[in-house]
Amino acid sequence: MRTLATVPHALAVHALEKRYGPVQALKGVDLTVEEGELVGLLGPNGAGKSTLVKIAVGLVRATRGQAEVAGARAGSRAALAQLGYLAELFRFPGWYTADEVLSLHQRLTHSDGGAAERGRLLALVALADARGRRVDGMSKGMQQRLGIAQALVGTPRVLVLDEPTSALDPAGRRIVRVLLEELRGQGVSVLLNSHLLSEIELVCDRVAILRAGEVVAAGSPAELSRPRGVELETDEGTRTVEGATREDAARLVAEAVAAGRRVYGVRVLTSTLEDTYLEAVGDEVS
Amino acid sequence: MSAVLTIAGYGFREAVRRKVFAVVIVLTAAFLALFWLANHYVFTRLSTITPPADVHVDTRTFAGAFLLGLAMFSTLFLGVVLAVFLTLGVVSGDAERGLLQPLVVRPVGRATLLLSRFLGAAVVCIVYVLAVYGIALAIIDQTGHWTPPSTLAPGLELAGGVVIVIALSILGSIVLSSTANGIAVFMLFGAGLTAGLLGTIGHALNSTTIQHASRDAAWALPFEALYQDGLRLISSNTSGLTGFLLQLGPFGGAYVHGWGIRLWSVAYLLVALALGVLFFSRRDL
Repeated sequence: MRTLATVPHALAVHALEKRYGPVQALKGVDLTVEEGELVGLLGPNGAGKSTLVKIAVGLVRATRGQAEVAGARAGSRAALAQLGYLAELFRFPGWYTADEVLSLHQRLTHSDGGAAERGRLLALVALADARGRRVDGMSKGMQQRLGIAQALVGTPRVLVLDEPTSALDPAGRRIVRVLLEELRGQGVSVLLNSHLLSEIELVCDRVAILRAGEVVAAGSPAELSRPRGVELETDEGTRTVEGATREDAARLVAEAVAAGRRVYGVRVLTSTLEDTYLEAVGDEVS
Repeated sequence: MSAVLTIAGYGFREAVRRKVFAVVIVLTAAFLALFWLANHYVFTRLSTITPPADVHVDTRTFAGAFLLGLAMFSTLFLGVVLAVFLTLGVVSGDAERGLLQPLVVRPVGRATLLLSRFLGAAVVCIVYVLAVYGIALAIIDQTGHWTPPSTLAPGLELAGGVVIVIALSILGSIVLSSTANGIAVFMLFGAGLTAGLLGTIGHALNSTTIQHASRDAAWALPFEALYQDGLRLISSNTSGLTGFLLQLGPFGGAYVHGWGIRLWSVAYLLVALALGVLFFSRRDL
């Protein structure tokens, strides 16, 4: 019987390095995704996010370090059997129908879910009506949702999604967001690579921000959203008390009243994930 | 096994959709029609050809072997066209288009994926080559009442040559883009044929240097050597001036032959496939 200490992470990378010729894409990255956890990856273009994701799913070989999925070496059959993956740039053969795409991946994952599983997955991504439609006849957003359904074939334990909502409209993004929350509820672990800060902030339990191949900030969205001060609106105007926290708000109001000021409003200011992100990545353009 | 069939079937459907088969079938039909026409004219007028009294040439054997040699060359060429277009983008091409990644992350294994694509293409090409070769034999038999001393082995050697080209094309697809790979494989094929013609010239001039160069090239590109051995087999019962003339022609010479080259071809194929699996396992996608 396994003890807690020996239960492997759903996904773990340790001291991961990747070099493409003279370019060092990853410089010793450590990251874990636990059972049922949703971890977001943020960073500007060229930060190494896609490289990290590709190493985790076995598409790219690490130069140094380790990557494991459910305790198995990333890229091994044991690891891939636990994994669902949506690539950033992918395409299904245009002449396949949505149902055939899922059927192909069922055969490759040895899934015995049959037509019921295919129907359920297509319904999950709001493509139930497009079951017999060819990929060629689908919009980009529909193809992306089909990609997500494909990643869920065989009920993977770990889901790795690389920019899953880049081609989706707001309604499509909402579908994916709700789906991710459902999956978390079912104990599926998710590594989500996205440029959309709001999306990450809304659904992720933890966030890792990469810059130039290194993790420069990590934590829950709440931990990364730090206090920024308290804003006080009085008859003298609005002033911000830098460094003050929620705990200081009542005292600041009392002091203002004691000083003869009329207080109209008080607001605790916190930095958003966007502020933290911009602070972490500096002036790099995403 | 189911994964192998799934991947092979995937490649087959892709080829059907890309109209690879349609193009090859049209080309093949045109070739066979012209070939029948050529045989018809050659053999109906054979009786009117009268060599000089002191020249002992078996005109029917000469015409039959020469025409079958021509058919074998065309079959090899069409087989190589089919092989290249089935496989030139198996790795790089599909990866660039984003078709490969969703398949590679499935618990199938890269080696299985690659070998399945090879097997799928090999089965299609072997069936194609044997069918075209068989039809060519039937046309010669029907129009000229001539059959070569060996019928099956030359066809199998042609098919073997095409299978080697498939392995080379798949190996090339790992390191080259689709276009570059297609060019490279056709250039290798052209180099092999040129080496064969060089051997014919060397034989005619009795130049050992040219013959050695041709022989070395045939060993380096064994699809050419298998083709040459097939040519040798269809005229193996000829001798005298008929045999000599067939050796001089571009569709009759064989300077590397026998079990040595057949075993070497098998080893060459296995090495090409092993290198393919090795390179693909190390290829970042």
